[in-house]
Amino acid sequence: MDIYLLEAIINGLLLGGVLALLSLGLNLIFGVIDVVWIVYAEIVMSAMYAVYWLHNYYAWPLFLAFPAAILIAALIGVLVHMVVIEPILGSAPINQLLATGGLLFFLQSLATLLFGTEFRNLGVRLPVLELYGLYISFSRLIAFIVALIGAVALYLFLARTYLGTSIRAISQDREIMGLMGVNERRTYVITSAIGGGLAGLAACLLVLQYDVHPFIGLTFGPITFMICVLGGLGNMIGGFFAAFIISQIIGIGGYYFSSEAAEVLAFVFFIVMILIRPQGILGKK
Amino acid sequence: MSALLTLDGVSAGYGSFAALFDVSLQVEAGEAVGVVGPNGAGKTTLMRVISGLLKPSSGSFALEGRRLDQLPAYRIVKAGIAHVPENRRLFGRLTVEENLRMGAFLKDSRRHFAERLAWVYALFPRLEERRAQMAGTLSGGEQQMCAIGRALMSKPKLLLMDEPSAGLAPLVVEQVFELVKRIRREGFTVLIVEQNVGQVLEVVDRAYLLEAGRIKLAGLAASLKNNDFIRSSYLGL
Amino acid sequence: MSAQRLIPYLPLAAVLALPFFLSNYYQHLAVQIAIWSLIYTAWALMGRFRLTSLGHGAFLGVGAYVPTLLWNNWGVSPWLGIPLAMALAVALALVIGYPCSRQKVIGHYFALVTLALGQVVLLVIVASREVTGGSLGMTPHPVGYSWYALQIPDRAQFYALALAAWLAGLAVWRWVDRSMIRFALESIAEDEDAAESAGVDVLREKLKITALSTGLTALGGALYAQYLMYLSPDAMSGVGISLQIVFAAISGGMYSLLGPTVGAVFTIGLNEGLRVLFGTHFIGASNTIYGALLVAFIIFMPRGIAGLVEKLGPRAKPPAAKPLSPDTQPAE
Repeated sequence: MDIYLLEAIINGLLLGGVLALLSLGLNLIFGVIDVVWIVYAEIVMSAMYAVYWLHNYYAWPLFLAFPAAILIAALIGVLVHMVVIEPILGSAPINQLLATGGLLFFLQSLATLLFGTEFRNLGVRLPVLELYGLYISFSRLIAFIVALIGAVALYLFLARTYLGTSIRAISQDREIMGLMGVNERRTYVITSAIGGGLAGLAACLLVLQYDVHPFIGLTFGPITFMICVLGGLGNMIGGFFAAFIISQIIGIGGYYFSSEAAEVLAFVFFIVMILIRPQGILGKK
Repeated sequence: MSALLTLDGVSAGYGSFAALFDVSLQVEAGEAVGVVGPNGAGKTTLMRVISGLLKPSSGSFALEGRRLDQLPAYRIVKAGIAHVPENRRLFGRLTVEENLRMGAFLKDSRRHFAERLAWVYALFPRLEERRAQMAGTLSGGEQQMCAIGRALMSKPKLLLMDEPSAGLAPLVVEQVFELVKRIRREGFTVLIVEQNVGQVLEVVDRAYLLEAGRIKLAGLAASLKNNDFIRSSYLGL
Repeated sequence: MSAQRLIPYLPLAAVLALPFFLSNYYQHLAVQIAIWSLIYTAWALMGRFRLTSLGHGAFLGVGAYVPTLLWNNWGVSPWLGIPLAMALAVALALVIGYPCSRQKVIGHYFALVTLALGQVVLLVIVASREVTGGSLGMTPHPVGYSWYALQIPDRAQFYALALAAWLAGLAVWRWVDRSMIRFALESIAEDEDAAESAGVDVLREKLKITALSTGLTALGGALYAQYLMYLSPDAMSGVGISLQIVFAAISGGMYSLLGPTVGAVFTIGLNEGLRVLFGTHFIGASNTIYGALLVAFIIFMPRGIAGLVEKLGPRAKPPAAKPLSPDTQPAE
């Protein structure tokens, strides 16, 4: 096999890790609370700025800046739920979609206001590894490993803890959660915090590889929604696999054509798949 | 001895639709009390008021003298009332054991989870066999057992059972009522609402008749069984 | 038609005629308001029936780029290019809309599929940068003042053109409002299965309104491109502009005739006002406020400004469902 193709496949795999992490957060929120946070990528963007600002302006070492950014992102998640979602929990789903869309606009503009439109680089240079003639970006490798660890941690949390099980339960029957002694509101808020935290984690991984600017959310946001819908909206396992499918299309497509053409391919694939199977790969009808 | 549970003039409804009017009743510790009546009488509404899923529009109720009517459901569970909902309402995509785990969500129950789980499995061996199975795939009777077991995991002072026989085959219904007797023998206080008047009067000490949201009759199970009105309207005799 | 009946319309006509007498700056605003009102109204044709598209940027982009590409490469006049672009946009919409309808892709899924579509068009434009100039944008080959090339530097004249297009859009809205399509789609929006079993051809009705909505959007996009004499993928397609369309239509109120127009006046006015207020000092401040207001609108005024006016206004309708008006005529 052509070494560059192999490289593309591996890089695609590594990219898939972060996309999977992003989709997990979005699917968690949708699966539990039944809202799509259109603003999700902008929460990631905000956390990326947090890392950048703490590291480059306040000289915080990364091992402090990263957890801080994750906490900030979790906090943003909580605010999104309590300020925007809670008042309109009962209204038409499209209203909820649009409200978070408005937030997208708000965060983008706020970032422009606070940080300007220039691309900001974290300034951390990570090496490129060479393995058997393949060039693998170290930051991508780290991102992949951390993303997998994050996914496993999330799985264990949801499967093995009381809180995690209650989060799974509330998506199945919200009304009787009170009969279990569970405070529904608190559960939603915690879920939002976790969703935000996952965005924060993804941000830490992305800021190592990419420059941050107010509109960076537009580069991976639509792809993330697409992945979630493809896997079955709300289905975390489906989203996980869809992430790798899409990242492979982008990786291999980028090898044969251009990276933009590869993205077009991915989106067209998505549209075709949804028209054939509207509920997504693992979605329920 | 003051009662475990007292309801005082409780009225409740849904929006403009009133379902309960000035209901008062009592349950003593260790008793089994039934609330019977036809469809739409307000029996389920009564259960939901007591467990906190519905706020009463007027009146109050108390457990061991402590007023609970303004508390949210999750606090009422903490106070010691567990509700087995109508139609079981299991978490279909969780396993049997995970459902039971949810029943033990309260801090105190978590601490004793292992022993309580063992005890519930002893009561319901069939559940133990199916512990890793998705609750949604159980049979009707098994689901009922699971729902009851889930409620028992919090070792409640008062167990509410909402139409436990609903949707079950007659043989299974008999088993369910046998279970109720067993639970009583373990020392639990039970309040059951049921449409199946004949069966429930066999397992409870006292009963109330609820019709169109009001208490029409009350008395010992034995005397209600001999009551002409009950006999003609509900026992088909 | 007696002169009496025209009187209520005089204030409106005055307002519409005003820009002809104002400075270039206000004429510029007026053209923008007219064109975007058309676009928002076009979107609302679908939005009001719960067909919420988050990808109308796709049709805007097709409407903007196709006539320009045809003009630049083959000298095809926009008078031919624009109808072609509209047809293309409608075709694209139907290609996606047909399976969507048959497969019952609705609600969240539909919204996200349309979002993907908007992105695809943006990405295609960017990817074919040799032809379209990619992210750097492109301009129609300028020939000065020419009605043939639809290049009209005179703002007042372009305003007249934009006004005509806007009125055409309103006419389509009015027509839909009074036709059976409206009732069919409202019943579909309420309960699709029930409508189906009542004999409504769900597929046809949805496709009809989709065609109208996307065609008019493409028209708006084409006019905007011709007016600005500059196209760029981010301003004409993709998620950003698609969301902007949705918000403006909703903030104005997508259930009424002039709602989307109110939305255009509101958003463009607000943007300009904030821009004047903040100038170049706080870039992004105006949009930040705009974004926050939009969220507030969704939470507190889901029926938009027009909806609020309807509720409080002198001819406030009672909350009960409107009865069939006596002058309703069947469409076909």
